[in-house]
Amino acid sequence: MTLGTSTPLSATGNASPVEPATASPGIALRSVTKMYSNAIAVENLTLDIPAGSYCCLLGPSGCGKTTTLRMLAGHEAVSSGEIWMGDRRVDALPPAKRDTAMVFQNYALFPHKSVRENVGFGLKMRGVAKRERAARVAEMLALVGLAEFGDRRPTQLSGGQQQRVALARALATRPQVLLLDEPLSALDESLRVKTRSELRKLQRQFGLTFVQVTHAQDEAFSLADFIVVMDHGRVDQVGTAAAVYHQPASVFVADFVGDNNIFAGQVLSCEPVGDRERVQLAVEGVGSLVATGAGGIVGHQAACCVRADQMQLAVGDRPPHAPNQLSARITAIEFTGYVTRVLLRLPNNSQELLYKARTEDWLATGYQEGQLLNLSWSPDACIFLPH
Amino acid sequence: MTKPKRSLTFYILAAIFGLFVLFLYGPMTAVVLLSLQGPEGSLTFPMRGFSFYWLVSVFGEQRIGEFVTPFLRSFALGLLVMALSVAFSVMAGLAFRRHFTGSRFIFYLTITSLIVPSILVSLGIGIAFNILGLNVQWYSSALGGHLTWTLPFAFLIMLGVFNRFNPTYEEAARDLGASDTQSFWQIVLPLIAPSLIGVAMLSFTLSYDEFNRTALISGENNTLPLEIFGMTTNVTSPALYAVGTVTTIVSFVVIAIALTAYNFFMRRQP
Repeated sequence: MTLGTSTPLSATGNASPVEPATASPGIALRSVTKMYSNAIAVENLTLDIPAGSYCCLLGPSGCGKTTTLRMLAGHEAVSSGEIWMGDRRVDALPPAKRDTAMVFQNYALFPHKSVRENVGFGLKMRGVAKRERAARVAEMLALVGLAEFGDRRPTQLSGGQQQRVALARALATRPQVLLLDEPLSALDESLRVKTRSELRKLQRQFGLTFVQVTHAQDEAFSLADFIVVMDHGRVDQVGTAAAVYHQPASVFVADFVGDNNIFAGQVLSCEPVGDRERVQLAVEGVGSLVATGAGGIVGHQAACCVRADQMQLAVGDRPPHAPNQLSARITAIEFTGYVTRVLLRLPNNSQELLYKARTEDWLATGYQEGQLLNLSWSPDACIFLPH
Repeated sequence: MTKPKRSLTFYILAAIFGLFVLFLYGPMTAVVLLSLQGPEGSLTFPMRGFSFYWLVSVFGEQRIGEFVTPFLRSFALGLLVMALSVAFSVMAGLAFRRHFTGSRFIFYLTITSLIVPSILVSLGIGIAFNILGLNVQWYSSALGGHLTWTLPFAFLIMLGVFNRFNPTYEEAARDLGASDTQSFWQIVLPLIAPSLIGVAMLSFTLSYDEFNRTALISGENNTLPLEIFGMTTNVTSPALYAVGTVTTIVSFVVIAIALTAYNFFMRRQP
């Protein structure tokens, strides 16, 4: 099934059924806070989502990402702060007045209505005449490749098809911002990957602003123009997938985006190198590590991280002058295909480490479980994490 | 495929269930049989002759009073109680989805009505009407009496229904531009419709055979249970059984209609 490709619609085509009347507006959150009676769900969130971009709110459950999305949609009132869409302040408007549409996590398709009625529901509520409604619903169903399924009930469709109906229903009212709450989480793996690229294609095609909530790093990386990593109701990092991956801004981000080895320690020295700093940390059980970053304060506790695939394996003895090095014992070897994951444990403290190598290269070394590995990495690969 | 062997427990429980069914339908079977006697039939077995004489006579004038008008009265009262119970329990259910001040107190107050002895409710309503100088009637005081019985039940059921109701459907409707009213008629009501059939059935049957809460407040016109009770003391013919047979048939017809309606609504959703 192809989503979008079968219909000759493009961002410039004037016959497009979901072409926004005006350019899709950017979204601005200004000091948005959401408080429940006894807890803060979102704290002082300020964020700009440029028009026509694909933005992913990434974080573990309870980090405030869904609450943020629901505040954008208007299903949750802000406790304080402002939400702007273009030059309109929308935080006091009801959902239907915001030019947004939401795709719910479990789609929330109306079980007693046919697919056609579901997709046409928003148009009906807006008082669109029956004939125009029917035409638009047909276009929408064709867009998501479900033209023949209009008379079915949602429960008679597969999960992937239901997801498309939800998408068609949200797009039918020609919103300018599409809000997606874990839209792929109910799908199985292969369908998820396929739907992912279709979502991206759809967003590009119509130039809409997409804001998507996800807890899956790969989903955010593959879809988003930029990612907002959230933790405990606060934004930890905003950046492109590459930036979040290569330059995590905090221990939380480094941990959440995965496959980072994180070392906590005390800052021994900071010296500027270009526009960045070389920070030396004393890490218990490892020794002194040299990291690159900014914001180090001598004497303070901080951390640094290195990606599992950025470490070099020293065959034989340690290289004499590598600034970052350690020895660790192999506790498990996991073959995952192209990559082999090697789980390690420091001999003197119990910190677990991960090393990743191309399976080919790893097999060439001939290492076995229980053996000691010598690993080293450059200061550039070692990211300083001030908090 | 081999049939799994059934344990002893199965047979014991099946026997108990058999006894239960016998207990449930035995008396009714006796009533139906005795109502099918010839014109010379009496109140006890053995049956004397076989005819539809007594069944037909139900629709005619009795020695004292008649059955048709009280039946129609009870039926109308049942429908009235049913409609009011459904309407009010849905509204109460909707209200209780939001936790308002005093909701707990009102909840307990409602449940209390189920615990107070029925005849006292009847008596209380009678006294209240007396003080207010109103005439007791089946369509006023007795209607109120029945509602004190059906509303708490209907309310409890609706609490359960709305407890299971997924509010995301309403959110989706709101997201698509539906007003609260549209969301209710388009989304909420169709989705809870099968449960409403249950509430309606329960309210109707509770009202239809209610005796205690009608006894002192139905005014000069009897409902069917009051009429039958009155006749047990002075009618000695199988006409009494014939009334039982006819009302049972009516009940089955009502149940059949309700099940059809339920299936109709269920077919339209998962």
